[in-house]
Formats: sequence, C-alpha cells, structure tokens
Amino acid sequence: MLEVDKVRKSFGGLLANKDVSLRVPAGGIFGLIGPNGSGKTTLFNSIVGLHPVDAGSIRFEGREISRLRVPQIARLGLLRTFQQTRIYGGMTCVQNMVISVRASERSLRSMFRRTPPEDLRKAEELLEFVGLFPKRHLRAGDLSFGQQKLLELAMALMSGPRMLLLDEPTAGINPTLINGLLERLRKINQQFGITLLIIEHNMRVIMELAGYIYCLAHGELLAEGKPAEIQRDPRVLEAYLGAR
Amino acid sequence: MTPRVRAAVAAAVVVLAIFLPVLLPGYRSQMALLWIMIVFASTWDLLGGQMGYNSFGNVLFVGVGMYACVLIQRDAHLGYFAGLALGSLCGALLSVALAALLGSGILGLRGHYFAIATLGLGVAAGELAGGWDFVGAGGGMVPPLFPGEVGGRETFFYYLCLALAAVTIPFLGWLYRGHFGLVLNAIRDDEDKAEAMGLRTTRYKTAAWCICAFFLGLSGGAVGNLLGFIDPREVAFAGSTFGVWMVLMAILGGKGTLWGPVLGAIIFHVTKELFWTYLLGWQRVALGLLIVVIVVFFQEGILGWARQRWPERFGHRVEQDAAP
Amino acid sequence: MDNLRLLIEAPALNLQLLLDGLLIGAIFALSAFGMALVWGVMGIINVAQGELVMLGGYAAYYLYRAGLHPLFAAPLAAAALFVGGWLLYRAVIFRVVERDLFISILATFGLSILLQQLANTLFGADVRTAESGFGTLFLLGGRVTVTVIKLVSFAAALVTGLFLILFLKRTRMGQAIRATAQNARAARVMGVDTDGVYAWTFALNAAICGASGALVAMTWVVHPYLGLPYTLRSFMIVIIAGIGNVGAVLAAALGLGMAENFAGFVLGAEYQAAFVFTLLVAILVWRRFWLARERRYLR
Repeated sequence: MLEVDKVRKSFGGLLANKDVSLRVPAGGIFGLIGPNGSGKTTLFNSIVGLHPVDAGSIRFEGREISRLRVPQIARLGLLRTFQQTRIYGGMTCVQNMVISVRASERSLRSMFRRTPPEDLRKAEELLEFVGLFPKRHLRAGDLSFGQQKLLELAMALMSGPRMLLLDEPTAGINPTLINGLLERLRKINQQFGITLLIIEHNMRVIMELAGYIYCLAHGELLAEGKPAEIQRDPRVLEAYLGAR
Repeated sequence: MTPRVRAAVAAAVVVLAIFLPVLLPGYRSQMALLWIMIVFASTWDLLGGQMGYNSFGNVLFVGVGMYACVLIQRDAHLGYFAGLALGSLCGALLSVALAALLGSGILGLRGHYFAIATLGLGVAAGELAGGWDFVGAGGGMVPPLFPGEVGGRETFFYYLCLALAAVTIPFLGWLYRGHFGLVLNAIRDDEDKAEAMGLRTTRYKTAAWCICAFFLGLSGGAVGNLLGFIDPREVAFAGSTFGVWMVLMAILGGKGTLWGPVLGAIIFHVTKELFWTYLLGWQRVALGLLIVVIVVFFQEGILGWARQRWPERFGHRVEQDAAP
Repeated sequence: MDNLRLLIEAPALNLQLLLDGLLIGAIFALSAFGMALVWGVMGIINVAQGELVMLGGYAAYYLYRAGLHPLFAAPLAAAALFVGGWLLYRAVIFRVVERDLFISILATFGLSILLQQLANTLFGADVRTAESGFGTLFLLGGRVTVTVIKLVSFAAALVTGLFLILFLKRTRMGQAIRATAQNARAARVMGVDTDGVYAWTFALNAAICGASGALVAMTWVVHPYLGLPYTLRSFMIVIIAGIGNVGAVLAAALGLGMAENFAGFVLGAEYQAAFVFTLLVAILVWRRFWLARERRYLR
C-alpha cells in the first residue's frame, strides 16, 4: 500500500533521512522505531507531503505522491496524527469530528451545505468508540491531553482513511490507560480495515502491536523484521543503548 | 433565551429600526452610517474573528465599490436611483473579482504578515487613486445630487443602509451555522491541521474574502453617496479611520460571534459621535486613546467577557453529558 | 514616460538620484534597525515606529525654533524620545509584550493614530523644516548637486548606527538585551530583569527614531502624517534583511532609498508613497510564492 523508495531529505547541513526504503503492504500494523533524532518524524512528514524530498519516490496505492501537497495526500486516504496532538481547540468535539469528514466533493454548493445527519451519527459513534461521547459538546481545548489524543484519533477515523500514520500514540498517556488504547488500535486495524504505521518509543507497546518493524538510526534504515527478530538484533540494541 | 422571547425581541428590534427615522429625525445620517458600521464590523469578523485572518485592508473593497459606483453614476447617464443601483452592483462584483484575484497571493500569508500586507494594500490603493486623474486624483469625486425634496435624502439613505445590514447579518448567520462556518473555524484554530485533514483551505479562504468584498463593495456606493464626497485617502481607502475602526468594533463587541461586532459597532459609533459633538478639536485624539484602551484592556470584548462569566448562557458547555 | 527617457539621455541624472537615494536610505536604515531591535527582543511589531520618527522631527524643529542649531538638536531630540519611549513602554507597551502578536500590532496601530492626531492638534498640519544653513555642493561640473546637510545626515545616521551596535555589544544592558532576544525565559531564569530590558529596548528604539526624525526635519520636512510610510518602509527592510543582520539592514535600506528615488522621478512625486506601499505588498506576495516551493509559510 505504501512504498517508500530511497528517500533522502536534508535540512541545511543536516541529513535527516538517507536513502530510506520501506514497504507497508495493506492490512497490517507496522512499527517504526529508532532512537531520538533518527529521522522518524521527518520520514512521516515527507510521506504526508509536509515538505518536498530531495530524492527518492513515495507511492501510495501505486500512485506517486512525493510531489503532492498535504491536503491532496490526505484526500487520497493517507492521514497522520501528530506527536503534540493537534485538534481544533475552539470548537466542540462533535464539531471537530464533523469537520473531519473526508473532503471529496468539488462543487461550490457543497461548501455551503448544512451538516448531514449521517455525519452527525457517525461522529457520535466514533466518539463513543474512543470513550468521549459524554464530552462531545465540550470545547476540545478544554479536554485533558490524553482525551485530546483520543479525539485526534477519532477525527482521523472520521475521515475514513485507508492508512494511518500514528506518531507516538501512547506518549503522555497514563500507563493504566495504554491497554485500552492498544485494544482500540487493534480494532481499528482489524474491524475498520485500516493499515497502521506507528512511530513508538514504548517498546512493549510496539512489540505487542506490530507484525513487522522498521528501525531507523542516524537517518538510515538500520534493521527490519518481525518483533522477535528486532528484539534480538544486536545493531538495534546498540543504536538504543549506545556503543559499548 | 427561549424561542418566544427571542422572537419578541427580534420583532421589537425590527419595529424600532423601521421607525427610528421618525423618532429621531435629526440623526438620520448618523444612524444610516451606524448600519454601515455594522456591515463593516460584521464582514471584518467573518475574516478576522471566524477565520483568524486579521485584515487591515478591507477598506480596499469599500473604496473600490465607492469609486465604481460613482463612476457609473457619472458616466452611465441613467437616472439617479438606477445609477446608484447599477453602480453599487458593479462595485460589489468588481470587489469580488479583486478579492478572487488577490486571494491566492495575499491569503497565502499568515498572521502578522497578512495583517501588514493588507494594511499596505489598503493605503496603496488610496495613494494610487490619489494620483489617477480619471477618478479625480487628489481632488476625489463628487456623486450626483439626490433628486427630490430636502430631507428625502437622509430618509432614503437610512433605509438603504438598513436594508444592507438587514441582508448581511442574516446571511452571515446562515453561513456560520453550516459547513462553511465550521471550516473557517477550523482554519482559525489550526490551519495546518485543517490542511492535514484534507480541507481545501485556499478555496474557503478566498471564498470568505470574496464574501467580505461583496458586501463591502455593495455598501461602498451607499457610503459615498451618503457622505456626498469621495476623497481617495480620507473616505474611500481610509485605512486609519474606517479601516481600523472595523477591527476595533469587532473586537470591542467580541470577536468570533455574530452579535459581537453588531454590539461593538453600536457602542463605538455612538461613542464616536459623542466625541465629535462634545470634544471638538480633540475628538480624534480621544478616539485614538479609546482605541488603545480597548485593545490593551478589553481584548475579549463584551461578549467574550460575558461568555467567560456565564459560559452556559452562551452555549458553551462546561459540564459533560451523562453517559448514554 | 518622458522622465524615463530623460534618465537614459542624461547619465548625471542617474547619479543624482542614486546619491540622493543613498543619503535618504541611511535614515531609513536607522528606523529599520530600531524596528528589528524591538521585534527581535520584544517580539512585537511597532506600527507606531513612523510616529516616533515624526515626533523626533518635531522635537528637533521646536528646539531649532528655540534657537538651537539643528545639529545639536538631534541628540537632544533623541534623548527626549528616549524618555518618551520609556514612558510609552510603562504606560502601554508592557501590557502587550509576550502576548498575541496581532494585539501588539493593533495596540501600536492605535498608538500611532493617537500620536498622529496629537501632533496634528498640537502642532498643526503644516509642513515644517529645521533649517541648517549649510550650503550646497556642486559636483561633476554642476550636473550633480548635493546639499551639505544631506551628507551630514548620512554621516550622522552611520555614526548613530555605530553607537547602537557598540552599545549592544559592549555594555551590560546591551548584552542583557541580546540575551533576552535569544531566549527571554532563560534570561529571566539567569537573573536578567526582562521587564527592564524591554523598557530599555523600546526607549532605545524611540531614541533611534528620534534621531532619524531630527535628520528628516533638517534634510526635508516634517508633518503629522509622515509616520505610516516610515513604518511600512522599516517593516519592508526588516523582512528583506532579516532581524539579526545589521549589514543586510543597511544594504536593504540604502537599496530602498535608491529605488524609491528613481520611482519618484519616473512615476512622479505623487506616486512615490504608492510605490512604497505597493512594493511592500509585492515583496510579501513574492516571498509567499517563493516559500511555497519549499512548502513553507511566512510566519
């Protein structure tokens, strides 16, 4: 579904991604790990079109997207969530959801439509799914950080994506609530049929969730494989713990 | 407010608005200008309060509308009212075309760059008009004389301006209740997120500016004819007066609400008229001082303050609902 | 476009315009530097910058009327504006620092209107000049003329700029200012009185504007409405040159001075202000499309 081919990206003098290649076939949950500064978020940003890449190609469902802009890529069904969690703080949760419906219509008239009741229903269902239904009329900016993360996830689902790039979905979440989040992520993958590529620092989480893992270090792809393989890989251990 | 109370208040307001010229005949021109101020403040808020793009250059469209209207009135050789109508319409359409043209460039700027760029636009237009002989250069233009008996003029313009406001406010209210309003708010709250979710932000931003341009261009003709004289820098493209008052009125009443700018316009305009009457010689200084005071001490505005004080009354839920 | 033809036919004319532009550009550089200082240190855009220049000009004018030679009036005007700037900070500005940038723009815009109208009411709308009594130099066999006062202003502007740079580099307050510009919170943690720094910065900026205003009064004229073009010029120079780069600010200012002079000649004096404002918009829009290639935005 997603093919990243020898992508290279530098900022000024810093080479953030060097010839990174990875493939994400449809249907599974994939992990992207690596120590801080290894270029994971930069890779995400490149994939979703936040900045142009210096070299390489990125294909989503067979279609070259490296030259497309962020909104265009989002409309193709490839969405991402943010590390710092971004929602529309001034609007209610329901409004946040309703506005996240995938924008596919092109006509002038649809810009001025009233909210269709199906959107409202779907919004409430998804809010229920993430456990935010009682808070649906509260201002999103008034929610706690963890609740905002769940809202952001629900908003992404509202758009009916085919693939989600999740940037550290468990960061800042109370450890007692992480299992619930994992449950939901599995459901999203299996029931909703959405392919997931997840950046994670929490090893337990990613080893449990992912079927296949890519490890970046110093901007390059260091290792890839099933969780068990990655856990035993000495290069990965060295990258995280530093040279002995 | 229950629906019944709301309907009663609305009816009272409508009746009052219609009969004001009869009740206060000496203030018809000032009241006509008040309706225009309401249009100015409300359209500014569409861009600034609802969408988060604070423009100092919306006067551009007022001036374009004004000049277009008076040009038509001067050169099309129609009767007074036909000329005014056609001129206003042309002014509106020309303004919309301008907004559409400039949209992708100017609205691509963010934050303070957008604010300063629009400021530059507004004053640049004033200077360009001030040098162009076709539109009277520095001397400006004078609209044709109102036909009919003395006093008819003030009454006519009062109802014309009332009609403009009566069309603008409900339209904006309708706009804010639908999908369009939600997108504008999303752009205001987090434009990058809106783009990341696939929204065609450029299209919506340009549409919003075109809507502003339409109503401002439409009122341009009315204002020019009401004031009886068009000066390129002081009246048409008046960045330091109308241009900044638009912003002030919306902020004073409460940015981002439908009635905030209306409230702000009323209070500001009345205060200004009082200054002009009782502080002659120092009225502009007093106004400058008022502007600073409002901005520094009262940024949330009246409705903003009220909403913080009594959130539930303004539809802002603080308690969560019971589980289903 | 007869004026354009004149330019091609008489090369000395080009030199004249270039020279005049260079000389006025130095004065632009001063207020631009002040704007960069305030923007970089306090994070606010001072829309009243031009009005501070205007007030400096009036200060110099009234000192001149009182009998002081304009050249001595300049430092006094700067001092007066320093005090004025300090008072403005304590009265208004401190409330809008470290807040929404739009609020600072609106507040300083309100301030600019206030100062403008105050000047108009107190001083009248007529244009004023502080005569220096210096003569005129004739170069290239009389084809290029330079009033001596313009040369003096140029030198004075450069000297003032130099003073400012030395102040920022060598004095303790200067270092505190630079530290705060880099990271206000860290500076505060390290014991720097950021409020005092802000007051000094704004007062310093006012003094710079006062000095440049005095130079304007000597070299050209002052009137209550000369503010906004100066503000927008300063803004333009800062966004072209960037906040930290003194050399770039000077270069951009001189360039703007020359461009404006040429434009004023070719298009006519009545379009000179229009040129400045349109150029500002054009630069911002060009910048926006240029950055869009990198998918970045002018923030």
